[in-house]
Amino acid sequence: MISESSLEKLKILAGAAKYDVSCASSGTKRSNTNGGIGNATAWGICHSFAEDGRCISLLKIMLSNYCIYDCAYCYNRKSNDIPRTSFTPDEIANLTIEFYRRNYIEGLFLSSGVLRNPDHTMEQMVSVVKKLRIEHRYNGYIHMKTIPGASQQLVTEAGRWADRLSVNIEIPTENNLKILAPDKDFKSVLEPMKMISTGILESKEERKKYRNAPLFSPSGQSTQLIIGATNDTDHTILKLSSALYTRRDLKRVYYSGYIPVNSYDTRLPALITPPLRREHRLYQADWLMRFYGFRSDEIVSTESPNLDLELDPKVTWALRNPHLFPVDVNTADPLMLLRIPGIGTKSVQLILMARKHNRLNSSHLKKMGVVMKRAQFFITCNELRSQNVQDLKPEIVRQLLLDKKSLGSDASVQLKLFYPMMPALK
Amino acid sequence: MNVFSFDNTFEGLLTLVFECYSRKLFPDEILSGEGSQSILFGSTTDIVTDDRKAERVWNGIVSRSSEDNAHRIYRVFLAGLPDTPLLLVKYIRVIIDSTKNEETNFSLPVVVEVNKLHQKVCREAQRIHMFTRFQKTVEGSYYASYAPMYDVLPLCIPHFRDRFADQPWIIYDLKRNYGFLYDLKTVSRVVFDDLKVNSQNGQLHASLQSEDEKLFQRLWKQYFKSICIEERRNDKVHRQFLPKRFWKYLPEKGVL
Repeated sequence: MISESSLEKLKILAGAAKYDVSCASSGTKRSNTNGGIGNATAWGICHSFAEDGRCISLLKIMLSNYCIYDCAYCYNRKSNDIPRTSFTPDEIANLTIEFYRRNYIEGLFLSSGVLRNPDHTMEQMVSVVKKLRIEHRYNGYIHMKTIPGASQQLVTEAGRWADRLSVNIEIPTENNLKILAPDKDFKSVLEPMKMISTGILESKEERKKYRNAPLFSPSGQSTQLIIGATNDTDHTILKLSSALYTRRDLKRVYYSGYIPVNSYDTRLPALITPPLRREHRLYQADWLMRFYGFRSDEIVSTESPNLDLELDPKVTWALRNPHLFPVDVNTADPLMLLRIPGIGTKSVQLILMARKHNRLNSSHLKKMGVVMKRAQFFITCNELRSQNVQDLKPEIVRQLLLDKKSLGSDASVQLKLFYPMMPALK
Repeated sequence: MNVFSFDNTFEGLLTLVFECYSRKLFPDEILSGEGSQSILFGSTTDIVTDDRKAERVWNGIVSRSSEDNAHRIYRVFLAGLPDTPLLLVKYIRVIIDSTKNEETNFSLPVVVEVNKLHQKVCREAQRIHMFTRFQKTVEGSYYASYAPMYDVLPLCIPHFRDRFADQPWIIYDLKRNYGFLYDLKTVSRVVFDDLKVNSQNGQLHASLQSEDEKLFQRLWKQYFKSICIEERRNDKVHRQFLPKRFWKYLPEKGVL
């Protein structure tokens, strides 16, 4: 069934799916069942890396790139004159299994343009997933997109078979969404999201009572926001993500720097390159919220609604709050350690273990992987006090961190020559 | 200068530690088995591997630190670098000589060094999980070969065994010339003398590959090309995550 002609289809339908950035294959741990194929590891495995540096973990593919919608930001919009094609559910199931058996992939990421109506599309997609699970006895990872506007029944069905469900919000505010995607509204996106999160909660409760109660989207749900296609600020974006993490219990929010796929559409900004730096800073901020105990309003606020593109959000936060530093790494509590620039979650773990044995000095910290060029201004340890952010003033530290030449262990020595020459810093 | 030699097995290394303690004599240099480095001055102490002695050292490590730590020492041993045995003997001494558990004392350089090497070994094993590419053979079994930097194949077998339980497979280390074969029941260690494999790219001889093998390799290569967003091209990150030494074995990066 898979033949030479599949090459062309694969080219079109993988090319159509590539703008979806989600690639995680983590979150479910499932052993292979007797005689079947595949398992899911809790941490996920990448199998290759595309030339744009993104990980390839799943066979990310569209069932079809025909679409009845005309969203301005989408490559597959109805009014674009591009080659269109569809895979049959059997073809996708076979391709997935053949790739999986060769260890090319960790699982399937199935998406689709909207054919006829949301429910019809969703039915087709569910049939692929069911085929894999039942006919092929496949236990690997499956991520399935939920089509906005699909019925409750189909979402429930999908959640039974897939490891992760996701609905893309794409545009962070309803007004802008209405302008760019007249066929969609927030309700059609947020409704399925709510169905999924209720489904997950219910299944968790059930499984407390009956160990064999069916799972529902065991690795949770995720979504994607497009960055830079609208004038929404980082403040708006991060507030939305934060709400999604806390209220809808999302596993991930992905940020996708807008790539000008439809440059002819005047509703969209004329970008020459995608805003990759901004996207990177948003991911850093996202990490701060998920793993470092930061609240979104600590990272950005209504006064400074956008992230600093030159410095990472943790450094900018620290520079705004110099009164909290320097922190003594030998005594500080773990949450404060996490807030020191240059110290990550791994280093915090090592510091906590090591400081039970001896008091730590900067050479210990360096060996453990602390980035001293940033951390030096924010810590004290078991040695002579060096110049910190309070002595130097945040503006100077900022300049020091930006000026790559002055970095390194002798930064404070050079500073004396450096200081008088920069009286007026922004 | 105290020079010890052993048979380059993990049990041998543990026996060596046992002998050191019983002779109250610790090595400045360790020679491993087949490597025929000759010593100009002084004599070497040859260690004869003894499983009972090795087990006592293993239990000593477990009781003074943790079982995890003992397994960590095993994984670091698989790195197989010339100075790995000496590093491990130093590390085991730190563990055994202390009344406290020193495995988390990251202010000791030897602890940091062992952990760094451990991380490297685990990362290499992870890369085998990631970059193994099976080829389907005419008989319907699956074959893959690699030349990993460290001897990590034993660490990867449980994963492949669980995942590919319903297909017979062989994973072969071309550098160390041994591999593992799974026949739907058990996994066994195998050595092939006349392997019909192109050592340049790990590809089986065409006569051994199943009919549609090349087609799926082409499909995979096509997928790899189509999924890349040209506007975001980033060769540096690409090379960082996908080290060049693996390229020749990956259908998406060449071969065809």
